Amino acid sequence: MTAIGTDTIEGFGSTDETARSWLRIALAVALLAGLAAVPLVANDYWLNAVLIPFLIMSLTALGLNLLMGYAGQASLGSGGFMAVGAYATYNILLRLPELPLPVNLLLGGVISGLVGVIAGLPSLRIKGFYLVASTLAAQFVLEWLFNQYGWFSNYSTSSSISAPRLAILGHDLSSPTGRYLLTLATVAIVTVVAIRLVRSQTGRTWMAIRDMDTAASVIGIPVAAGKLKAFFVSSLVIGIAGALWAFAYLGTVDARSFNLDRSFQVMFAIIIGGMGSISGNYVGAAFMILLPILLDHVGGAVFGGAIDPGQLENLQKALFGALIVWFLIKEPRGLAALLSRAWTQLASRFER
Amino acid sequence: MAEPILQLRDVSLSFKGIKALNALSFDVERGEICALIGPNGAGKSSLLNIINGVYRADSGSVSFDGERFVRIRPARAAHLGIGRTFQHNALFRHLSVLDNVLAGLIRHSRTTLIEHAFGLGRDRSETRAFGRRADEIIGFLDLARHRDRVVSTLPYGVQKRVDLARALVGRPSLLLLDEPMAGMNQDEKREMSSFVLEANRSFRTTVVLIEHDMSVVMGLSHHVVVLDYGRKVGDGTPEEVRRNPDVIAAYLGTVH
Repeated sequence: MTAIGTDTIEGFGSTDETARSWLRIALAVALLAGLAAVPLVANDYWLNAVLIPFLIMSLTALGLNLLMGYAGQASLGSGGFMAVGAYATYNILLRLPELPLPVNLLLGGVISGLVGVIAGLPSLRIKGFYLVASTLAAQFVLEWLFNQYGWFSNYSTSSSISAPRLAILGHDLSSPTGRYLLTLATVAIVTVVAIRLVRSQTGRTWMAIRDMDTAASVIGIPVAAGKLKAFFVSSLVIGIAGALWAFAYLGTVDARSFNLDRSFQVMFAIIIGGMGSISGNYVGAAFMILLPILLDHVGGAVFGGAIDPGQLENLQKALFGALIVWFLIKEPRGLAALLSRAWTQLASRFER
Repeated sequence: MAEPILQLRDVSLSFKGIKALNALSFDVERGEICALIGPNGAGKSSLLNIINGVYRADSGSVSFDGERFVRIRPARAAHLGIGRTFQHNALFRHLSVLDNVLAGLIRHSRTTLIEHAFGLGRDRSETRAFGRRADEIIGFLDLARHRDRVVSTLPYGVQKRVDLARALVGRPSLLLLDEPMAGMNQDEKREMSSFVLEANRSFRTTVVLIEHDMSVVMGLSHHVVVLDYGRKVGDGTPEEVRRNPDVIAAYLGTVH
């Protein structure tokens, strides 16, 4: 037995650890700079159809991962919260046009977060599949609400409304490059905040609830408040992602683009990428958004003309499904874990 | 003599008509190690669950540190200074030893979500202070070399010690240990006993523990309460209890 206060401080913030965390920050900055330079080389197709949806899907996955991967509360309401964020931001742009865009996006997110707290109230009593069913109800109610009441879409005659112009400090952001940089900046900021959160007492509270909620309450962890905070932060992030999806990607606000299929897509992204992992969100989103595009191009190049296009599309879907199953068998904890294992093996080979 | 830290008066509990505890009364003095013994089903775990609010007594009352209650929420009990470990492994299994221990400090946190998100205000100083407290307990329980391991990858005996560390880090004035040595070999039991004793001495923590191994109980505790079918059949020093004929009939006489 050791006396209190001896031999325990070593390793806490040691130089080795500090060096590694600086290396990580340097890598992140380099990655961000690289991504910010992409518009110099990429054409509009790449920005519009590939990178912008990939980044927004990553952000949505991050939002759901905080709730499901970290706090252990499963949800199929992501599409609904994206819709809340999109419609809230649209209405704020419309009714308070003098507000700067970042404030506007944040306010839209906060409104979505508050709706998330209401949708999360059942989690205080039920868990698992029952909670999934109750978030499914939230998804349907929200979708119905935006279709039913014209006020949300400013009594537009068509069910999809075109988004107002995007600008920050007079700089027009409606070009593909502008929308890409807006998305990238938002994703970068939210990611940094999310990493801070999951390493803080808040993140520890969430993971304690996820791993063993009865023990958590017995040792004095505020379980109910922790769950509702997870719903708030998660829906806030998903709401911002929804606003970007409408304004920076589609250019229209339409409840149909935030249906249950979208909720499933987000859930698959985090299951494939890795629950309870920040980097898993990007890997999972890349899988969900980029792989179908890749399969489409490869299929078109190899079989184009030889096979009926409808058939080809079905084949691609089947192959996509098979790949999901194959990856999950290889590594149930997700692609992020698979990649990190491969990286460790590679590194140890070089060290030898 | 100072007032007992814990007083139970006529506590009864039944599950679907079956009496688990029958008008049970006893005191636990401040600073002592009190062992609850008795055959399986005697109501020992139920009693711990009443003290920290997991169960509600049908009748009777519990006084802790001068505060009397019939029903207390577990979170409130934790805030009042009642710590506890679990009979079955109840650690946060995906978290490291350090994070499990830090989780035991969350109820002392005074920082908010916003401070955590942006690293503002007291967040940094609290994180440092909590890190120091956690590392102190980790060192105290000889867990330093397991500090960054995920708990589910550790041997059972070490996990039991992590559970103790998580309960102890918040400096409870009363510590409830539900079979802290279950499933351990003699060496591990001896080690665990010395940790419990050391915690009791260094932190002046009052301990109520459930244990089946009589040699451990007799060596460790100042005070023994014997339960049988929800009734108290013995209450005194280990020596007194050992000589009590009712206790011998109910418990010690049977082969284990």
